[in-house]
Amino acid sequence: MNILAYLIPISLILGGLGLAAFIYTVKSNQYDDPEGDARRILSDDWDDHPKP
Amino acid sequence: MTASMRPAPSACPGCAAAPVAEVQAARDLPRAQIALSLPTIHCSGCISKIERGLDADPRVHSARVNLTLKRASIEAAPEVTAEEMRALVQGLGYEAHELDAGTLNASATDRAGRDLLMRLAVAGFASMNVMLLSVSVWSGAEAATRDMFHWISAAITLPAIAFAGMPFYRNAWSALRQGRLNMDVPITLAIVLALVTSLWETMLSGAHAYFDAALALTFFLLAGRYLDHRTRAIARSAAEELTALEVPRATRVVDGAEDQVNASDLAVGDIIRIRAGGRMPVDGEIVTGTSELDRSLLTGETVPVFAGPGQAVSAGEVNLTGPLTIRATAVGRDTSLHRMADLVAIAESGRARYTSLADGAAKLYAPGVHILAGLSFLGWYLYTWDMRTALNIAAAVLIITCPCALGLAVPAVTTAASGRLFRQGMLIKHETALERLAQVDTVVFDKTGTLTTGTPRLTNLDALAPEAVSLALALSQHSSHPLARAITEAATGAGFVPAEIRDVTEVPGYGTRCMHDGHEIRLGRAGWTGAQAVAETATFLKVGKGHPVAFTFADALRPGAEDAVKALIAQGKRVILMSGDTTPAVAALAQRLGIRDWLAEALPADKAARIEALTEDGARVLMVGDGLNDTAALAAAHVSISPASALDAARVASDIVLLGNDLGTIGTACRTATSATRRITENFRIATVYNVVAVPLAVAGLATPLIAALAMSISSITVSLNALRLR
Repeated sequence: MNILAYLIPISLILGGLGLAAFIYTVKSNQYDDPEGDARRILSDDWDDHPKP
Repeated sequence: MTASMRPAPSACPGCAAAPVAEVQAARDLPRAQIALSLPTIHCSGCISKIERGLDADPRVHSARVNLTLKRASIEAAPEVTAEEMRALVQGLGYEAHELDAGTLNASATDRAGRDLLMRLAVAGFASMNVMLLSVSVWSGAEAATRDMFHWISAAITLPAIAFAGMPFYRNAWSALRQGRLNMDVPITLAIVLALVTSLWETMLSGAHAYFDAALALTFFLLAGRYLDHRTRAIARSAAEELTALEVPRATRVVDGAEDQVNASDLAVGDIIRIRAGGRMPVDGEIVTGTSELDRSLLTGETVPVFAGPGQAVSAGEVNLTGPLTIRATAVGRDTSLHRMADLVAIAESGRARYTSLADGAAKLYAPGVHILAGLSFLGWYLYTWDMRTALNIAAAVLIITCPCALGLAVPAVTTAASGRLFRQGMLIKHETALERLAQVDTVVFDKTGTLTTGTPRLTNLDALAPEAVSLALALSQHSSHPLARAITEAATGAGFVPAEIRDVTEVPGYGTRCMHDGHEIRLGRAGWTGAQAVAETATFLKVGKGHPVAFTFADALRPGAEDAVKALIAQGKRVILMSGDTTPAVAALAQRLGIRDWLAEALPADKAARIEALTEDGARVLMVGDGLNDTAALAAAHVSISPASALDAARVASDIVLLGNDLGTIGTACRTATSATRRITENFRIATVYNVVAVPLAVAGLATPLIAALAMSISSITVSLNALRLR
């Protein structure tokens, strides 16, 4: 059962990473325009160089 | 947003000085924040076309299109006006409207939603981890392993619940302080008691810990709260957009020069110019100019009133024909528009008495649960004289009865119903509006602007001589008066050709005149053409010295008005028509729609009083109205609906706003509301059945954390699925 000593911290860290990533997306306004973001990916305006 | 605009703090003042100076310089020029509503955009092509078009303007600093809200927010140099940006987007081929950036105060509700979402995420993360640990305990972990799992669970649960459950603690505390009980009191008590006994059990290396149950409970309840918040946030932002579309601007005249200012900046004594077609921003007195005023939003009268120098005008009236200059006599809060707010406040006190289904359930439920938990604690304590067992069982009872499903029962249904009605063009502004709508048995309609569109329609075209019609058509083409436009529309539609006329002059406030075959021809008010006034809305054509001919008008019905009235009568509801307009006009409309009860020439206070009288007789009244004269009645009614074309004050006072032009949705809304309420009661029943099955187990001391987790999840899922069955 010693494997638990590794598995539990690993699962907690992985879950915590997911939580942190979610909180980051909320904080950086990524849910403000879900419909627009889904379509922006189809636009080829900034394919050659990033938006200034 | 705000954090990035502030210069970063630095430990050394010398290092910080240079970048701060730069930031300061950039900030000295405040940028204009402009918001545009773009109702027709729909694809990625629209987004890039508009953004590219806006960015091409060198004065625009940044432009971002939001497709979900159908809005563009523009940051530009201070001299840029919203009108220029609107014209720019319009030039790209998209419909655009200016939005008042001050009214679009979305950030506050947004922050609350984000806060709930964050707590929901934390509760979800923690409950998944703890649930995994619990599964190993349930499947047979023993002794030291079980204790370790319990301790790890405790370490995750305690901080997570302290953060995630904050909204419940706060609500429970504020309810308790006022000596009331709400849903949040048993929730908080259950969470706290579960945590305390679980910690105690863990310390004594006991078998049962409820960490997972406490977390799952918080998670499900937060999900309910979040759904509820989202539904209302969507409605609120749509309502805000309606308000923001009416940018309150006025033209102030200072020393002969005209200046566009915000209506809120006007002061008493200012001279304001109002163009034909404009709405009065303030109360005032006419200084120069003659015209006609449309007062229908204030009084419900459809016949335009003559306006000349010295006459008093009130905010909200529409200037029809000629430009007017007025001197402001009352501004802002003192205008007659705002004075109506007192009436509304009095009328609203009645509505506050309504108890929502959820509150009613909580009132029955909360004391019952506490008594049950208290009794089982007492019973087991007296039976075993063991504090630990008794406390454990009391905690199990509280957890199992905890209103997990009850917390989801209402929001799940209202979210589904509001979404359905929103797609049909109805905005549910108030959280209990649907429940109240379901109880309605009497519907009161306002006439002008609600059942009718407020635009006149020519009624006696067939009875008129063709020469008279072609003369009137020729004259009315030169005027933008609503009656003239109605003549133009009806006559062109019937194939008439305008007569040859010359020297056309519009006499604001009176009518239009011209020369034809050496005669003077006049089209206008009764007094000006020498005619006898008639009861209906009418305008008169006088040819030379001949007898004046009357053109009569009726209000055009709003689309769906007939269907709505028919559907409501078919649903067994009593329909009443109440209007401030003249008796013949109201009687004619009532007969046309088959409404038997009607009341004409009603003052605003009359309407509200009549609705209060109906309420006292036990009727549940739905008021549908749009004007200022309806505001008090809207607030006094059990539930109220106003069309999007209504005055801002009326929209604020009503629970539901119709976004489209069609009234037909009212009948459907009543049906949806009834079935939504039925689903809510069903949900309460389902939750009760789970409790009835599980509570004896808990009281008997047979409930394990596994049973608690199962009961909670299954009841929550059943309730959510039942909500989705809504039609």
